[in-house]
Amino acid sequence: MVVQGTRGRLADSFAAARKEGRSVLVGYLPAGYPTVDGAIAAMRAMVEAGVDVVEVGLPYSDPTMDGPVIQDAADAALRGGVSTADVLRTVEAVADTGAPTLVMTYWNPVERHGVERFAADLAAAGGAGVITPDLPPEEAGPWLDAAGAHGLDPVFLVAPSSTDERIRLVTSITGGFVYAASLMGVTGARQSVGAAAEGLVERVRAVTDLPVAVGLGVRDGGQAATVAAFADGVIVGSALVAALLEAERAGTGREAGLAAIRVLAADLAAGVRAAPAPAAATS
Amino acid sequence: MSARSAGSTGTVVPPALAATPGAGDWASVPTELGHFGRFGGRFVPEALMAALDELTAAYAEAIADPAFVAELDGLLASYAGRPTPVTEARRLTEHIGGARLLLKREDLAHTGSHKINNVLGQCLLTKRMGKTRVIAETGAGQHGVATATACALLGLECVVYMGEEDTRRQALNVARMRLLGAEVVPVASGSRTLKDAINEALRDWVATVERTHYCIGSVMGPHPFPMLVRDFQRIIGVEAREQVLALTGKLPDAVVACVGGGSNAMGIFHRFIPDTSVALIGCEAGGDGLATGRHAAAIAGGSSGVLHGMRSYFLQDDDGQTKVSHSISAGLDYPGIGPEHAWLHDTGRATYRVVDDTAAMDALALVARTEGILVAIESAHAFAGAFEVARELGPEATILVNCSGRGDKDVDTAARWFDLLDAPADGEAG
Ligand SMILES: Cc1ncc(COP(=O)(O)O)c(C=O)c1O
Repeated sequence: MVVQGTRGRLADSFAAARKEGRSVLVGYLPAGYPTVDGAIAAMRAMVEAGVDVVEVGLPYSDPTMDGPVIQDAADAALRGGVSTADVLRTVEAVADTGAPTLVMTYWNPVERHGVERFAADLAAAGGAGVITPDLPPEEAGPWLDAAGAHGLDPVFLVAPSSTDERIRLVTSITGGFVYAASLMGVTGARQSVGAAAEGLVERVRAVTDLPVAVGLGVRDGGQAATVAAFADGVIVGSALVAALLEAERAGTGREAGLAAIRVLAADLAAGVRAAPAPAAATS
Repeated sequence: MSARSAGSTGTVVPPALAATPGAGDWASVPTELGHFGRFGGRFVPEALMAALDELTAAYAEAIADPAFVAELDGLLASYAGRPTPVTEARRLTEHIGGARLLLKREDLAHTGSHKINNVLGQCLLTKRMGKTRVIAETGAGQHGVATATACALLGLECVVYMGEEDTRRQALNVARMRLLGAEVVPVASGSRTLKDAINEALRDWVATVERTHYCIGSVMGPHPFPMLVRDFQRIIGVEAREQVLALTGKLPDAVVACVGGGSNAMGIFHRFIPDTSVALIGCEAGGDGLATGRHAAAIAGGSSGVLHGMRSYFLQDDDGQTKVSHSISAGLDYPGIGPEHAWLHDTGRATYRVVDDTAAMDALALVARTEGILVAIESAHAFAGAFEVARELGPEATILVNCSGRGDKDVDTAARWFDLLDAPADGEAG
């Protein structure tokens, strides 16, 4: 029997949040930073503090879509020897909390592991899906087959520059939720979330009933609230990673890093609850 | 006879291949999605898709516009110095068993390498798209210098990303770029070489794409770049084929070129692809030797994967992490190869061999002493490969070698390799 992933768990999370009149909080951290176990502890800590869905980043040698913060953490994780097997182990340990757990990865490590094998291994680890930012729909056929066979949600991205035609194409193959990049650029916390985000969410809603989560640039509870006002999900990465990096650099110890993660996650969790429910949730 | 006047379809027009008798399957690549067989494609974030579509459309329009083709042809002739000559290497012949060696002299093009052919095309296209800023990556600095040059000529803002490691290896070219008005940004992330410069350029591009064109320097990256750069470099082979025919009355037996990303090789190969009697031979950089693992031979020592927007052959580990490449030649020090080469390799139409640092440097010295041509270390790999081919094919053979660039930038490296510098006199040191 084919082991099934936890596809559907994402939909459940979004449905539950919608019922509560709030947005889903999605938190990203890379596997293997500061260590494999340290990253697992950080991910579990952010779930305890209110993160609903976890993105486990697969550290990659050529992170062309990431800004300096995630680059630094991924570099350190790779220097520490993190492997694809470690990423799968991380997923297993985090999925254990009950939070839907996704892998966020550049495409080559999946292809190298074997597309079918990656899907099978991730499903066995209890994963809910994979976010593949550099796998275009045009090349996604084998991945969609494997994800489908193993009960995984394939999450794809749309960007402010996406034409309506491309939004239709991307959303037609996406499962779980649509990842809307708030701005044109790489990952990294910013002073303000791109003004383009709200319009993009509207354009996505026009063609799909899937939940829409907005990522890139969100750094605190205030911004999370702003985004939660118009999106079903708020995705936070660099700000969380920065909290870990700063604690490591300050040499204040692992506990300080975990404490910083808890504080930020709680602030963000309050943020997604402070906002009035997104339009689609009340309709 | 002028090679330029012979090409009835103009110099850059890719459909020329479709019109070439016997082109067959070769004319069908890339497909609309940018595939060369199973290679190529567009593995980029969604944010860049619109720009790639825009570029594809702008390029198709441009090459169908006689005014664009005429402007590019004009610059190639009056500014870049085309056609570049073919030189017969008569003294070298004696050293390699008697085969006839013909050199396509891209080293004589403005800025000292074939890179100018591509950047003039892309920078004209940039203006046509109404963009005002050009970014580029560079390894040896030759593509950076060429891009800075074209930007100066055409009044475009220019930013060049270069691995920190390479800014040291090629300090002279950094100064050249700055003299030409470009901003050079040393890249300190990852392995601090060409692949990381490409990463940084991609990061810049996604944030600035509305006003910026990314002028990729080789036949690599997401579609349409591998096609577009090939088409702009195709002039090398179009000219050379005419020149060799005029000189010898027949086609060469083999065409040999070095391969980093593969633009000079695709440029000289492409017009010969339908000529199935002509062996097409690419030379990958073998660094310390294939067996040592310290090399840049993506076909001989790599495996199929996805990086920098394309599916092709790459140096990677079991988890799909890119391995750092090694070569004495900064311009060949890249862990991948363009997708059309991967496809030519798979189909067998071209073959690829490995030339290590020592063989390349020996070739550089031999060509300098016998022909009075100081070639780039990149190009020296092609010469070393051509010497092997000459011995294999025997004295009756005619071999066309792409002399892709001149070696001025490499004098420092060569002087150290051959220990040519006098020790500083007492008291001068420090
Ligand atoms: C003289 C010369 N030849 C060859 C190359 C390699 O590039 P490609 O393989 O795209 O021709 C370079 C790159 O810098 C170069 O400067």
